[in-house]
Amino acid sequence: MNQFVTLLIGGLFLGAIYSLVALGFVTIFRATGVINFAQGSMLLLGAYVIGRTHESLGFPLAVALGIVVAAAAAALVDIVLIRRVRSADLGTLAILTLGVDILLLTELTRRIGTDVISIGAPWGNGVVEVAGIRVATSRVIAGGVALALVTALAAAFKFTDWGVAMRSAAEDGETASLMGIRLNRTAAAAWALAGALAAVGGLFLTSFPAAGVTGTAGLVALAAIPAVVLGGFDSPAGAVVGGLLIGIVSVLTAGYQEELSFLGRGLGAVAPFAVMLLVLLVRPSGLFGTREITRV
Amino acid sequence: MYRALAAAAVIVVLAALPLYLESFWLQTALFAMAAMIAAIGLSLLVGIAGQLSLGHAFFVAIGAYGYAYLATRIPPPLALLAAVALAGLAGALFSPISGRVRGIYLGLASLGLVFLGQHILQNATGITGGYEGVAVEPFDLFGFTFDGSGDLSVFGVPYGQLEKLWYLGVVLVAVAIWYGRNLVRSRPGRALATLRDSEVAAEVMGVDVVRYKAAAFTVSSMYAGLGGVLMALAFGRIVPESFGFLLSVDLLVMIVIGGAGSVGGAAAGALFVTALPLVLNHYSGSLPLLAEPGTGGIGAAEFSRFIYGAAIVAVLLFARGGLAGLAARARKERVA
Repeated sequence: MNQFVTLLIGGLFLGAIYSLVALGFVTIFRATGVINFAQGSMLLLGAYVIGRTHESLGFPLAVALGIVVAAAAAALVDIVLIRRVRSADLGTLAILTLGVDILLLTELTRRIGTDVISIGAPWGNGVVEVAGIRVATSRVIAGGVALALVTALAAAFKFTDWGVAMRSAAEDGETASLMGIRLNRTAAAAWALAGALAAVGGLFLTSFPAAGVTGTAGLVALAAIPAVVLGGFDSPAGAVVGGLLIGIVSVLTAGYQEELSFLGRGLGAVAPFAVMLLVLLVRPSGLFGTREITRV
Repeated sequence: MYRALAAAAVIVVLAALPLYLESFWLQTALFAMAAMIAAIGLSLLVGIAGQLSLGHAFFVAIGAYGYAYLATRIPPPLALLAAVALAGLAGALFSPISGRVRGIYLGLASLGLVFLGQHILQNATGITGGYEGVAVEPFDLFGFTFDGSGDLSVFGVPYGQLEKLWYLGVVLVAVAIWYGRNLVRSRPGRALATLRDSEVAAEVMGVDVVRYKAAAFTVSSMYAGLGGVLMALAFGRIVPESFGFLLSVDLLVMIVIGGAGSVGGAAAGALFVTALPLVLNHYSGSLPLLAEPGTGGIGAAEFSRFIYGAAIVAVLLFARGGLAGLAARARKERVA
């Protein structure tokens, strides 16, 4: 029982990080209708900048720089590439981001090589213990940051002019544009926001218990895809719930590896995808996604 | 008349090439042919049916491992057919999802298959040999074995495994292109094209949307399976890593570069994507730009990744129809 609770809580904290990355996917999709495969390399870019600069700048400044660089890179992708082909179909846009991902990822993995770059987080490899449940400090902080960010974003979407602009652009771009909302600007902002979220996700995914920034860290963003699909593409709430679910599923299956050994080793990595396929069998548009209704 | 002459010339050239090509080029060509078959299948799915799949590496793996497993038990030609059927069956089993989920959403859902597939390949060691992989029986047709045995030589050129497999590959690719072209122009092909442009219109015209989508996915996965068989034969030994997410991405990129929906374009895209890293690596010693691996500069592998990524971006920004679109435009200008 104790093990179960420990795993469940560990899974929730890991899931909180996935939620952030998934939220980035959904933000971009709502604002520009693009499924952004470059999210993984943005994540790695943020983590890489933090890892390379924390010694000279100090950790807080390095984190700020990492977030700004990732946000700027994402916004640039939108302004330089996506804006030119705004009217293209979903598949074309998705594959375009795949191309960007390949370019950025190749350069980053070339720079990282076989190194493991420490992220230099001040919380190090500490462990918090409450009532016999042990969780890595970095994960607890990640959970807190994720909660704060999600709340702040929800509030911003609801109450600020910027949030209203984003929501109306997502709802009906043409009308929003007629009302004086600059679609290009909201789109770039959405991409920047997603880049920043990816960088924060990267920061926590590469700190303890992970060893540091490696060339493969970008693959982690792929694990956010089941979260997005589970939640339904156009639902921010769905992304958060999907992220948490995926976190719990992957930690639980990894934790009960011994009991589940008949399913093979390394189950934690595939379980999220298996859950995604099962959910799609029952609900093709995800748990919270808008169902497509066709009128003739 | 011209067409018949051109076809005859192509056949003669294809038949004569193994006399001149070194084994490196034959090997590269075989990998490209395997990729071509799989890419044509994906192109039919994406370009004609409007569905997207990031899961085709899974079906390629089923074809490859299916053949490797069956060829030790039944005659290789039967194993080839059975492996293709097996890939088709796997595609059909996915139909509850492939029939209902549309376009890019299907692409992301099918991503799950690749990871499930990797998991199975790593763990079902009895059939797949786990990470060590499994050796592939050479192909055998009516007692003629496609391997290095026997002292077959043509015009003084010794014919080994690669030379023999070349002909098998050419035949399989030809069948794949022929079938694909016919499918596009047939009644089901037109039904799928309507379905891609408007599901409602297709439904109204009496097209069973769910069934057709599932069927398109099944046919496409059979193509992938056939590509897998040829890939297995070309490798001689197959390991799970060859069938991961990267292969799925490669296949998608092949048809984007070639032009989705075009059978010939898919084949050209497959040739480009497969041959690029191999050729760059082959000549890396004599290319001044490229650094030795591990020296911190840009090596052949990275350089080919850069070209590859840049090609995707450039094609989608400037030539959305891919190579097939460019060819069509050139033809139109010549006529005008």
